[in-house]
Amino acid sequence: MSLPVATPGTGRLARAATVTVLVVVLLVLAYPLLWILASSLRSAGETATGMSLWPQEFTWSNYAAGWSGINGVGFGRFFLNSTVVAVGAVTGNVVTCLLAAFAFARLRFPLRRFWYAIVIGTLLLPQHVLMVPQYMIFRELGWLNTPLPLIVPKLLAADSFFIFLIVQFLRSLPESYDEYARADGASPWQLFRHVILPLSRPAITATAILTFIWTWNDFFPQLVYLPMVEDSTAPSGLHQYAVAGGLSAPGPMFAMAVLSLLPVLLFFVAFQRHLTSSAAPGRMAANLSRQRARR
Amino acid sequence: MPVTDQPAARLWTKPVPVPHRRPRRSILHRESVAGYLLLTPWLTGLAAITILPVLYSLALSFTDYNVITGELDWIGLANYERMFTADPRYWRSVQVTVVFVAVSVPLKLGLAMAVAALLNGRRRAAGTLRAMVYLPSLLGVSVALAITWRTMFDSGGAVNQVLGVFGVPDRSWATEPDTALATLILLAAWQFGGPMVIYLAAMGQIPTDYAESARLDGAGRWRILRSVTLPALSPVILLTVVMETIAAFQGFTAAFVFGDGGGGPGDATLTYTLYLYLRGFAGLEMGYASAMAWVFLVAVGALTALIFWTSRWWVHYPGGRP
Repeated sequence: MSLPVATPGTGRLARAATVTVLVVVLLVLAYPLLWILASSLRSAGETATGMSLWPQEFTWSNYAAGWSGINGVGFGRFFLNSTVVAVGAVTGNVVTCLLAAFAFARLRFPLRRFWYAIVIGTLLLPQHVLMVPQYMIFRELGWLNTPLPLIVPKLLAADSFFIFLIVQFLRSLPESYDEYARADGASPWQLFRHVILPLSRPAITATAILTFIWTWNDFFPQLVYLPMVEDSTAPSGLHQYAVAGGLSAPGPMFAMAVLSLLPVLLFFVAFQRHLTSSAAPGRMAANLSRQRARR
Repeated sequence: MPVTDQPAARLWTKPVPVPHRRPRRSILHRESVAGYLLLTPWLTGLAAITILPVLYSLALSFTDYNVITGELDWIGLANYERMFTADPRYWRSVQVTVVFVAVSVPLKLGLAMAVAALLNGRRRAAGTLRAMVYLPSLLGVSVALAITWRTMFDSGGAVNQVLGVFGVPDRSWATEPDTALATLILLAAWQFGGPMVIYLAAMGQIPTDYAESARLDGAGRWRILRSVTLPALSPVILLTVVMETIAAFQGFTAAFVFGDGGGGPGDATLTYTLYLYLRGFAGLEMGYASAMAWVFLVAVGALTALIFWTSRWWVHYPGGRP
């Protein structure tokens, strides 16, 4: 259900104004994305930074040129590195955040509220505060120049946002499910395995997609923990490529920029419904208003 | 058991097959044990990669520590003293960050709210429109978009060509001291789709009869927005204000790309976290960077607390205060 858009008295004019504003907004939002695509297809002769969204002459050669990468390390390697990090992060986040969220949302144990307050506290903690000491710890462990600093924290449910998100989702499931299961003598594990897990697909999907997208885009940790060219992920490889002279050859640089965005775009297109509709993160966050009142 | 009872009984026994002779007090039966077992990864992480680092950095902030040589000197409050009294770049980074947060967060959330209000209630193409508005918020934080943005706003670039039509003189918006920060803010605002999706979802949950009865009482569209929609959305607004503020304080990638790994000309885009990185990882002054991190933690924490404190006057929970 939603509020009526137009009230009596505001007729066609208001509708036309609304549509006009929306069209302008969409143009502004879409322009940079179309522009980057156009720039990746322009031939070397054309001014690379022009406003046109239609190259005078289309060429795919920028993609071939960019793919060879820097210092003999190709973008194929960067994508492989990115994939390793993203798969590790998604697995870690889904498993550990789901388990923790289940405990917080559906089980009763001592200090539960206290620990959940800590979850919210870490959600509000600026992560950059931790970067120096974390770096020193990972350095002591000999993890520099390995993907471990990017993956292990996810295996320890360090992304408290997703615990929060899944708890929000689980709280929207009727309590009576648990009561029936408990009355039947189900153990917490059975409650999880047979009742909560099958119902948690929307939350799991949202967690997996968002973790993938965010991890794929991540730049700062890569900069600190994976400084070698051959260890670079797609974004940090792109950055090094740009610094190493991409601005003098913008075509290939934008071609690689497009490719580095492509996985995010494909994930978005494939799972768009899960991110912006009914059971999506936005909806889960929006549930906050109702649930705070209920408790 | 009568046959008619079967559907109801099956509904719950089928997904939970419980062996008949299972002892009732098995170890997993005790929810406390199960709860703590499930929390083990999280608790380990909390101790090892959150609490320990926070305390470690507090200790480091009283030292002069070089990671490469391993030299460590206990220097008391000298890092803090230098930061507050003898480091103009530090204050520059504070200024840049405060301006960035104070302008980009209201701009982004204002756009999000306005566009959500326009999209709300539209049936036709609603899903596609929502998706198109949401997409930039997923792509905008990337290196690719930072590079694109910088090039688009560069001298002779796309933005200058468009503005040239209106007689605006050509300039390198992203790298000139006067305009670089504004360009950075525009990139942040371009990502308003994230909070917009949240507002739209929350608007969809407001019961229609609220607005309906307000309208029957003669309230106009603007009045309904102010007196019905915004109060109903206020808990979600609080959530987005807090999350976006904390995120904006940590803006790094775009600033790093705009300034070629530094703060740019005149340190125009030297955000706090960028300066922290430069001190800690480029300058290898881990002690000084830790002191900066702790001041940051206290400042952001205090601001967050302040936002929550003011919320008592502007956030309304349905059914009263929890």
